This record gives sequence, C-alpha cells and structure tokens, in this order.
Amino acid sequence: MNTKNIMIVGVGGQGSLLASKLLGRLLITKGYDVKVSEVHGMSQRGGSVVTYVRYGEKVYSPVIDKGEADFIVSFELLEAARWTEYLREGGRIVANTQQINPMPVITGAAQYPDALVEKMRAKGVIVDDFNALEKAEAAGSSRAVNIVLMGHLSRYFDFTLDEWMDAIEQSVPQKFLELNKKAFMLGREA
Amino acid sequence: MKQLMLGNAAVARGLYEAGCAYVSSYPGTPSTEITEVVATYKEIMAEWAPNEKVAMEAAFGASLAGRRSFCGMKHVGMNVAADPLFTIGYTGVNAGMVIAVADDAGMHSSQNEQDSRHYARASKIPMLEPADSAEALAFTKLAYELSEQFDTAVIIKMCTRIAHSQSLVETGERVEAVKTYEKNPAKYIMMPGNARKRHPIVEERTRALAQWAETAQINRVEDGSDHSRGIITSSTSYQYVKEVCGDRYPVLKLGMIWPMPEQKIRDFAASVDELVVVEELDSFIEAHCLSLGLKVTGKALFPCIGEFSQNLVAEKLGMDVPAGEGALDEAIPARPPVMCAGCPHRGLFYTLAKNKITALGDIGCYTLGAVPPLGALDTTICMGASVSGIHGFTKAQGGAADSRTVAVIGDSTFMHSGVTGLINAVYNESASTIIIVDNSITGMTGHQQNPTTGYNLKGDPCAKIDLETLCRAVGVKRVRVVDPYDLKQTEAAILEELAAKETSVIISRRPCALLKYVKHKKPVVVEADKCRSCRLCMKVGCPAIFMKDGKACIDNTLCTGCGVCTQLCRFDALHAKEED
Repeated sequence: MNTKNIMIVGVGGQGSLLASKLLGRLLITKGYDVKVSEVHGMSQRGGSVVTYVRYGEKVYSPVIDKGEADFIVSFELLEAARWTEYLREGGRIVANTQQINPMPVITGAAQYPDALVEKMRAKGVIVDDFNALEKAEAAGSSRAVNIVLMGHLSRYFDFTLDEWMDAIEQSVPQKFLELNKKAFMLGREA
Repeated sequence: MKQLMLGNAAVARGLYEAGCAYVSSYPGTPSTEITEVVATYKEIMAEWAPNEKVAMEAAFGASLAGRRSFCGMKHVGMNVAADPLFTIGYTGVNAGMVIAVADDAGMHSSQNEQDSRHYARASKIPMLEPADSAEALAFTKLAYELSEQFDTAVIIKMCTRIAHSQSLVETGERVEAVKTYEKNPAKYIMMPGNARKRHPIVEERTRALAQWAETAQINRVEDGSDHSRGIITSSTSYQYVKEVCGDRYPVLKLGMIWPMPEQKIRDFAASVDELVVVEELDSFIEAHCLSLGLKVTGKALFPCIGEFSQNLVAEKLGMDVPAGEGALDEAIPARPPVMCAGCPHRGLFYTLAKNKITALGDIGCYTLGAVPPLGALDTTICMGASVSGIHGFTKAQGGAADSRTVAVIGDSTFMHSGVTGLINAVYNESASTIIIVDNSITGMTGHQQNPTTGYNLKGDPCAKIDLETLCRAVGVKRVRVVDPYDLKQTEAAILEELAAKETSVIISRRPCALLKYVKHKKPVVVEADKCRSCRLCMKVGCPAIFMKDGKACIDNTLCTGCGVCTQLCRFDALHAKEED
C-alpha cells in the first residue's frame, strides 16, 4: 500500500499530542510501519502547531508535504485554512469550527477571515465541519476536543470500534476513560 | 515487541542499554527530551548542569573515573562546550563517552541554523548521524563501543526531525560496563609537552576510524536500478531521498559523518554516471567529495538554508511533485507564539516599552517580549549576551548614569552564563541595570529545573542558589526584588536603578503561570458600560483580552486573573473578581 498521511493541526496547548499518540498506538497494533512527527519548544506558546502521522508498509520521511495529506484534522478553523494546501487531491479536512484569535487579530493588525468553510468548499475541498468543543463539553470536558475529532476521523477507517476503544484505553488515564469514550462516540456520530 | 519511540527517547534508551552511568546536560530544543527520558531510568545518575561546558566536563570526569557517560545539548550549546570538546579530542577517554548535539535546520526554536557537523572535523572527534529512532538507539550503543575501541569521545548528531519524530524501535537489555581509573599524566595533562605527543596519536586515530568506516555496516550502499545517478546522503535527507526515489537510484547512506570512508565514496562515485550529494545546511559531504577530486553536484542544486522535505528533493532531482488541492486564496493571519496569559514577564515588558527603555535581551520565553504589541526588546544573541552586552553598551555611551538601557535575562540563563557578565560589570565599574526575570523554572524548553529552583532533574529537593545572595557576593550593592504583577512597584524600581551610578540588579520574581503549583485567580471581570474602547488594555498583548463590538472582553478559559490589565484601565472597567 501507499503511505497514508494524516495531519493534526491546531493551536499550542489544544492537546493534539494525545490525538497522535492514540493514532500511533492503533496503527502499530495493525502491523503498519508508523512515523509521528511533532514540533516541540517555542511553537507550544500559543503558536500554530502541526503533528504528522504517516503509516504504511514502509514509511521514510517523518513529515507530510504539500499536496500529500489524506486527512487534515484541525482543532481550530483558521488552522484548517492555513494547512489546506497540504491536502492531496480528493483528501478530506475534519474541522472543528471553534475559532481562536491569533495575536495579529487580537491587536487589530489583521482580520480573522470569514466564511472559511464555504471558501474551502467553493474551491472543491471536502470538509466535515462541526463544533467539536460543544461535543466535548457535552461529554463532560472541553479538553476532550481531541478525542471528539478522533471519533469523527474513525468513520473513514476500517478499524473496528473495539480497536479504537482499546487504543483509547491505552492512551488516557483510567478516571477519564468513560468521558473520553463518550466524546469519541459523539465525534463519530457528528 | 516493536514500539513507537521519539528519536530523543531512543537515544536515552540506547544510553540505558549501553550501561551509561552518568549524564549531565543543559536543556535546549530539540535535545531536551534525551536527558528528561534518561532521568526516568533509576540506574543512571542524571543531572542538569548550569551550562553545556560544565555538563561536558562533568561527563568527561565520569568517563575518567571509569563509568560510561553522556552529555546532550542543542547546536548552539556545542559552542559553549567547544572548549573542553577540542581538548577531549586530544586526551581521549577512559570509559566510553558520548555527546549528543541536536541541530535545528529551519530554526523552529533557535537563533541560528549552524551546522554542527563542522565540530566533528574541527575537534577530530567521530560523529554518527542516525536517520530514525531505531538508528538513534543502535548508534548510541555503537558509539560507546567505538569510544572505548578507539579511545575517543563520540558525537551523536541529531536534528529536529529525527529528535522529535517517533518511529518503531525494538529495545534490549542493559549491559553494565565499568573500568577503573589509572593515573596517566601523558594522556590527561594537556600541557604543551604532552599535547604535542598526543596530537599525532589523534591524527592516527582519525585514520584508523576512517579505515573502520570503509567496512562499517552503518555506511551502506543501497543499490538502485538506474545508475545514471547516485546519491550520497545521511540523516533526514536520506529519508526524503528514499521517499522520492524509492529503489531507482543507488544511495550511499552515511551513518558515520566523520571521518568519511574515502575508498567507499570513490567506488560509489565510479559506479554511477552522476554523483549527487543531498544534505541539509552546509556543504560537508560534498566538500569532502570535492577534496577527493570527485565531480559532484550538491549545493549547486540544493539550498544551504532551511529544512528539506520530500517535495523539495523531488523538485531538485526533477521528479514529480504532488499537485494537491492548492492553497486557499485568502490572507491567513500568522499565529506566532505569544507570552501566555498570566505570564509574569508581561508586566515587566509593558513597563519597559511604556518608558521607551532600550532592553538588551537574552534567550528564553522572555524573548517573546520582542514581538508586537510589546516590542520591548532590542537584541537577542546568545545565552548571557544581555548582561555582557549592556556593560559594553553603557561604557561606549560614556558610562552615562542616566542611560535608559537595561539587560533582561532569565533565572536559568543567568545561571548558564549571566553571572560571569555580572562579575565583569562589577569589576569594570559599570552603571548597568540588569533585570533577572525569575519565573522559578527553565520555561521555554518546557519546564526544566535549574540551580535556582531548589529541585534537581529527578524532581528531588536539593540545594537552591539564592539569586540575591549571589549578586551581592560578586559585589553588587544595589539588589532588589519586585513583583512584575505590580506595575507601579516595577516601574519605580526600574527608574530608580537606571538613575543609580553603579551596577544594579532587579530581580523580577513570579513563578511561571503554567507551573502546576501556581494557583490562578478568577478571571478578570469587564464592566462593559464603563469601557470607553480606548484599547489601552490591549497594549499588554495578552491572549486573554480581545475587543468585541468595541468593548474589551476577557476569555475566561485563558485569563489567570493576574490583574495587570486592571492596573491599566483608566475608567475602572476591568476588575479582579472577588474571591468566594
């Protein structure tokens, strides 16, 4: 098989590392070669962050380049727009519609663009957009946005629900397990 | 069983399995996790040193005593440690000694993008360069074997994409290795008479290592179907080449980047029509090929600036680049890193900006004080440069006591190399004003302990260096502490110390708002009818404050209730919320 590419993008501090940990766990149990690439350090301080997850028979590059991503899972709407050019032809964006203003918007130096989902669709990009923050809060914690988004992404994979749930069990603390399972299902149904 | 492991964690695992007993490092992105993960192995003594020079010398001492040792650092840290490095190149080691250096092509979190491979050649110390986590683990273990076989320290060269990528590894068991110390002045006392005798031994060692490299499995040829072109590469560039070319072109993958195998390179070159070198940053492998008189294409095709990627390699080699969906036709505002809501540095930088004070900055989270809207810093060079620099700056201005210039340096950076600059300021009678922003942690690299925090790398309580006592001990008479959440107090202290005709130190002290033990207050409350839309509160550049329908608003999920913004509002529209 060709290498599959999943990008997880968002704002530093949103919990994208847990999402990549979950995916990585699941993919190695399925026997794939896997690479996960993160950026640490300065980007964590509220900056734009991206995590690359690649899997297949043999994965070489640890990063995903423009035009290669099968999926872009975005924790924040502007970040979905920023990374759109990394999508392969026919790829899919899973976008949380939550908006977090970057500093240039806060200071008034720039505007947060409007109607971003519509503009992506007008370009022919396939977008699944929904408010993952509301789903996470419904599950019991705003911090579960990452699992809600993984739940939605799971719709496009052949893995069984049990396999996903096993990966969640291995990735989150026991006391938050039920909350995260609920968040996952709310995302899967969204 | 195979498991996913971060490149840095794989180096740490390699240290564990190789029986490494002592580790001393200074944190620096992208090298930090090596030492953090090492600290989780109870068999290894692991410490943060105040800087990389100290770390390397401590690791050398442990090697001398007969235990396998390690020190890790980022590329610029290698500059700090260069002094011991070059002479350890002469002495060699007793028990194995491994040094990791992590480059940051693309400057994700660095002030330059120097190519640390030059250090290997310059210090005559061999360097291995892993291309994924499995190699990071295996090469670290191999490095100890080479270190003891050839009597030399060995450098493991990482880069951001190898250090911070997870890939599959298989782990092994730990093997202990202990040697005894024997006095050997001719080997370890590098005064001229002895050093002159060591230098030929070092040159011979490099020749022997180059011979070893000829047959070493880590320098491997992967044959291809099309010999019109052959590629020599290493590290992450190897991954991009294989991603793009698959098995089409023969590849010579170098796992040892210094010294290089001359005959192997010549044979490879002779087996292909066109020789291409793919390497990030400087011409290093290419320069070596040129020195062998080979015809080679390298930097004429590939940039010496920034990171590579598969698309860049494909484009330069004339291969297909995926079209993809293309960019959105929309101006996407940048999202630069910012000082966090509640960051104790914010009040200080606001005060400096408000008073139009020139501020020589340093390396840490507080470098973010340079970005709009605060724009409160004038320079950032390297660790400690603010304190040394302000002395020269003030002297060049005739030592003007009314100079409106300060140095700003963090607690960990001050321990690293600020204190020597402070000694210089006192000794040479400077009127400098030095502000130590003490947030009680090494912040930017992700919360590491340091000598001022009272805790060590393993998280145990330990001796705590008292900054006030230290500054007074080196002769600073004017030492004072301010709370940067209190803008009036902070401003008064800065203006008073700027007026002083001698060296003064202001310690701006508040723990980092992200520390787990720091209790946050309730979010600030806005009385919208009192807000006159003057935007004064926006001048502190707090990510928790935004304007909506012309009125200031607080993002309750971010606000820590630090109250800095409430001190700015002239219309009493912002309030601290009463505690229940």
